[in-house]
Amino acid sequence: MSAKIVVGLDGSGAGSRAVSYAEKVARLIGNCEIILVYVIEWSPYSFQTAEENAQRHKRREEEIKTAMERVVSPAVDALKKDGVEASGEVRHGDVADLLNTIAVERGADQIIVARTSEGGIKRRIFGSSTANLVMHASVPVTVVG
Amino acid sequence: MKHAFFPAALILLAGAATSAAAQESRTIDEAVNEVFATVTGPFVSLIFAPLPGTAFPWIVMWLVVAASIFTIYFGFIQFRAFKHAIELVRGDYSDPNDAGEVSHFQALATALSGTVGLGNIAGVAVAVGIGGPGATFWMILAGLLGMASKFTECTLGVKYRNEYPDGSVSGGPMYYIFKGFAERGMPGGRFMAALFAVFCILGSLGGGNMFQANQAHAQISGIFGSYPGWITGLLFAALVFAVIVGGIKSIARVTEKVVPFMGILYVGAAVIILLVNFDRIGWAFGQIFDGAFTGAGVAGGMVGALIQGFKRAAFSNEAGVGSAAIAHSAVRAKEPITEGFVSLLEPFIDTVVICTMTALVITISGHLMVDPATGDYIVNGGSIQTVGDVSGVALTSAAFATGFGWFPYVLAVAVILFAFSTMISWSYYGLKAWTYLFGEGKTTELTFKILFCVFVVIGAAASLGPVIDFSDAAIFAMAVVNIAALYVLMPIVRAELASYRARLKSGEIRKFVSR
Repeated sequence: MSAKIVVGLDGSGAGSRAVSYAEKVARLIGNCEIILVYVIEWSPYSFQTAEENAQRHKRREEEIKTAMERVVSPAVDALKKDGVEASGEVRHGDVADLLNTIAVERGADQIIVARTSEGGIKRRIFGSSTANLVMHASVPVTVVG
Repeated sequence: MKHAFFPAALILLAGAATSAAAQESRTIDEAVNEVFATVTGPFVSLIFAPLPGTAFPWIVMWLVVAASIFTIYFGFIQFRAFKHAIELVRGDYSDPNDAGEVSHFQALATALSGTVGLGNIAGVAVAVGIGGPGATFWMILAGLLGMASKFTECTLGVKYRNEYPDGSVSGGPMYYIFKGFAERGMPGGRFMAALFAVFCILGSLGGGNMFQANQAHAQISGIFGSYPGWITGLLFAALVFAVIVGGIKSIARVTEKVVPFMGILYVGAAVIILLVNFDRIGWAFGQIFDGAFTGAGVAGGMVGALIQGFKRAAFSNEAGVGSAAIAHSAVRAKEPITEGFVSLLEPFIDTVVICTMTALVITISGHLMVDPATGDYIVNGGSIQTVGDVSGVALTSAAFATGFGWFPYVLAVAVILFAFSTMISWSYYGLKAWTYLFGEGKTTELTFKILFCVFVVIGAAASLGPVIDFSDAAIFAMAVVNIAALYVLMPIVRAELASYRARLKSGEIRKFVSR
């Protein structure tokens, strides 16, 4: 039986700390797959101009491609090189929601994320996505400092 | 920093130029006005020609008859699919794997920001001012019927849009007329599509641009005092230019955020005024129903109320005009008909909800003067005498001021923002028609965008009469072509509807989210 760990990436130093901690845990477990997830913040209820709508499909593909090339693939490759089984995903939506959904979908045993770096007004109003994840997750969550 | 400075500098410059150019500008405004009225006169008369022997404009009949036919042909789709439409907007049927694409909600919101605006504020006041509260009844009826027209055109818009290799899309009546006619083996598709595109460009420059600029100027000069229209025109043109040519998203983004907020604030204020005057709501509805069938002593009687109601509803929700089909076609739906369902909410929100709110507030405010002796409205020169002799936006503003003294200021800001967002939406509709005719390409697009900005200045400088006439005429001319085509293409929509229904029933199409 193999274990699965979902790791939230955000392209920052904090994300990499989460990955290296996940790698350590994976080695301790032995037979363990790491699923790296990069979430592009997106809401189906935002307002856009007609022109933005017409370009949306194209932009989405570009966003996914960029995130894959710059953040996810290098991290997956690095893990594989170290001999850890790893895969990567890029999705649009709410970070806390999606990490939990993917963890449930893939039958992961835990989620590892870093403390978020977001701040200011947005955080005061909506709370940090890490805090939201911790409060609503269906699987254990580890927060890396 | 540079961007923020740019409009501010323009205001300063415009202010400095005001006094020096006041004398000269009066002649510029007058000259623009005169030429404009002469050029557009015959076109306007043709579109608004009355049916022989009546005072009823044939174009209004054209829209209402079409909406009624679609309502019957699709089996009262606006009522039967209403719940399903809301489920679609909520995202219950959206595949999570499509996250990041244009959602049904976004397509609806974008289309709404093109229609909710002056029609709901000024247009309703004009309708009630001339046709009396009874006009509201016909407006609601036209709104309900119009939902079926919207459903038809928006389904076709998504079905026959062009998808380019780079992933961007273009859609609208010109595409469904051209491709749909070819598919049905009908001749004349190419000609009608081109004709629609021509009218769409005119409508974009008229109702979608000049009318908006004109009303925005009226609002601004209402606050700061009278000054030449071309100054407002230049300011608006600069802002529009910055968004559509300069691609300065920050301005568009601010409007996108503020406009829905304004819409909510507007409806919220209306609801509060209605709640405060709770005891008069029954009376107001009485006035509306009574006036709808008797005309209650207003200009033109019942027919007058009916014409005003139908006309303003059509101008406000644009059902049958074809403009919304352009906005809705950007959605990435696997089933074109789902976008048709979603779009039928648009006339409902725009006309049945928002326009009715405005009409109720005006009626309840008591600004329409009643002759105490007869109980009829006092008619003066074709319209009802109002307290303070106001009409259009000013009437709505005065009516809302009875509830909230500060509301006229908010309304002025709302009108300016609505005008701006409508301009941005219509610049896109016009652009799509333009590129349909002249081909996609950077230079062709830029030509239209610059032309659009020039018309902002013309619209702000021209006096209201000729501008309103031309704006109405150009937009209704789009409906002439579009509806003729919808009659030809409606069996295609019916086939889509039958197929979708069957699959919904069999469970092939299912909810992703269950609530």
